Amino acid sequence: MSEFLNAIFSLHLPVLPVLLPLFTAAALLLLGDDGGEANHGGRLLRRRRLISMASALLGAVLAWRLMSEAAVGTLTVYPLGGWPAPFGIVLVIDRLSAMMLALTWTIAVPVLWYAAGGWDAHGRHFHTMFHFLLMGVSGAFVTGDLFNLFVFFEVLLIASYVLLVHGQGRARFKAGVHYVVLNLVASALFLVGLAIIYGVAGTLNMADLALRVAQLGPQQAALFKAGAMLLLVVFGLKAAIVPLYLWLPGTYAAASAPVAAMFAIMTKVGVYSIIRVHAVILGDGAGHAALAAEPWLLPVGLLTIALGVLGALAAHSLARLVSYLTVASVGTIVTAIGLFTPAALSAALYYMMHSTLVAAALFLLVELVATQRGTASDRLQPAAPVAQPVLLGIMTLLGSASVAGLPPLPGFLGKLMILESSALTPAHAWVWSVVLVTSVMTLVGLARAGAILFWNVLPADGQHARAGRSSRLTLATLGLLSLSLLLAVAASPLKRYTDAAVVQLADRAAYAKAVLGPVGGTAAQTTRPYRGGEGEVILPARGDKP
Amino acid sequence: MSLEFLVASGIGVVTATGIYLILRGRTWPVVLGLSLLGYAVNVFIFAMGRLWQDAAPILSATGRVADPLPQALVLTAIVIGFATTGFVIELALRSRHESGSDHVDGHEPGHRAGKARDEAA
Repeated sequence: MSEFLNAIFSLHLPVLPVLLPLFTAAALLLLGDDGGEANHGGRLLRRRRLISMASALLGAVLAWRLMSEAAVGTLTVYPLGGWPAPFGIVLVIDRLSAMMLALTWTIAVPVLWYAAGGWDAHGRHFHTMFHFLLMGVSGAFVTGDLFNLFVFFEVLLIASYVLLVHGQGRARFKAGVHYVVLNLVASALFLVGLAIIYGVAGTLNMADLALRVAQLGPQQAALFKAGAMLLLVVFGLKAAIVPLYLWLPGTYAAASAPVAAMFAIMTKVGVYSIIRVHAVILGDGAGHAALAAEPWLLPVGLLTIALGVLGALAAHSLARLVSYLTVASVGTIVTAIGLFTPAALSAALYYMMHSTLVAAALFLLVELVATQRGTASDRLQPAAPVAQPVLLGIMTLLGSASVAGLPPLPGFLGKLMILESSALTPAHAWVWSVVLVTSVMTLVGLARAGAILFWNVLPADGQHARAGRSSRLTLATLGLLSLSLLLAVAASPLKRYTDAAVVQLADRAAYAKAVLGPVGGTAAQTTRPYRGGEGEVILPARGDKP
Repeated sequence: MSLEFLVASGIGVVTATGIYLILRGRTWPVVLGLSLLGYAVNVFIFAMGRLWQDAAPILSATGRVADPLPQALVLTAIVIGFATTGFVIELALRSRHESGSDHVDGHEPGHRAGKARDEAA
């Protein structure tokens, strides 16, 4: 019996990171949420927290298990409903997907624990929406089909719309309207891009696309590129790169702390999609359409870093400062992707892990500092001292130093890898000067903020000194921060992992064989581009012969 | 005039109208604009399976069959668009209730108190 269960479990493991949050969210919906603080600490609330936390922990275990399986190089393909690719939708878990999954769930656990410290009682259905968000993010990372990617984008976006206005208030609704309208326009563009790509290539399966794009003629390739560039705009809006980042600071600063921390992974969904479409499908070996984004990504990335850091210097509240630093970190990742070399991509992946964890930790830290400062909140002006100056001060110092890139913190290692990988490329002068100068400016901005928050204090009036001091909130933040610092300790195995992930991404033939293998024989036929089923039958792209 | 020209210019006109409405300052025109843009995009996806005449929509034993995949895609897009439109209407109503203005910025243009609140935030 247990063997049978084991077999079922390992067979369906790839889909579990999507199904688990779906069923958890459904269970939480059925359990109901009478909402509001009137019931704060009630039995129902405790039960919701228990289900939610247990599910998040289980999800983290699953994600880590998938990552350990992917680490040895296994490409897990899961055809949904048993329909073989490219006819059905497949989930594909390679090293990159598994890494992103593990990152998502590792952040989710401490953030949920933090939210269970009070935020989840400030409105209804926080846990439900949080799990729907996890479902969308996990789905986006594991899917091997572009249209399915769109569907999971929508799942995570709808959950994020609701989470953003969680806790309510005028400022949140204002940010919410902007955020929702922008993302709906982006979704429309996403569909236009997908439709063009389908119209040209006749498929939306990523493995099939990677093979077919190489066979397109120059005219079709131009159309395909147009579709892919539309997708770049959409992913760029999610990732918040220049000139599409203007929504992010206001939105993230308005969101409640745990929501903003979880949103740190959402910009990375955009970055991940850019890697999948522009560095893999349209990478080297994509024929006429190869490297369509090459002239754009590097300058856009560098500009994003510069404007993000300038925004951070000008910010007058800690939340906005951290939001702008998130923008700058995305710029750093996009710069590295824009170099289009394997070493740079590997460095980008390492830096992405670090910047996501540290951004999430900083968003939680912002709220800890803000509640302890009383009415001044997180505004950068002299105010009453915080209740725990040493602990919060050290946490701010560590987080800031890592963001700015001081040794021996992981931010330093990530930036070093990026600089090193750019050394032999023609753009190295630009990359080096922008990254190094902005690092110093980041340090200045953070030092200014830290000095105001912790040193430039007014005499304490004793009233606020005890406010917002909770061991659970502090521990959750500390946990997330230490996880990000652990990346420096584990830098060597992680770098080996990201190196291997990049090698795996570049191997189109192996990817196509794993996904399309069973269909690639002579028996199966597809008709692409579709011409009405009259006579003209084109053999499908064969997995073993790209 | 060919059918292709008719469909293409139809999509173009609806898209242009949608974009114009999205750029308005009040939430209601913006919601209408988003819906129009959604309609245009749906027809566009449908058209990317090519335009067919005298063809069965689903596989049959004999005769020509229109490309079934864009039909499936457009159904999904319609369902998602319907849900998000419902949500954005509710959000716009709620925002109007919270801020007392149906302007997308949460206050009337030139409204001093609202501007000051924005700058303080």
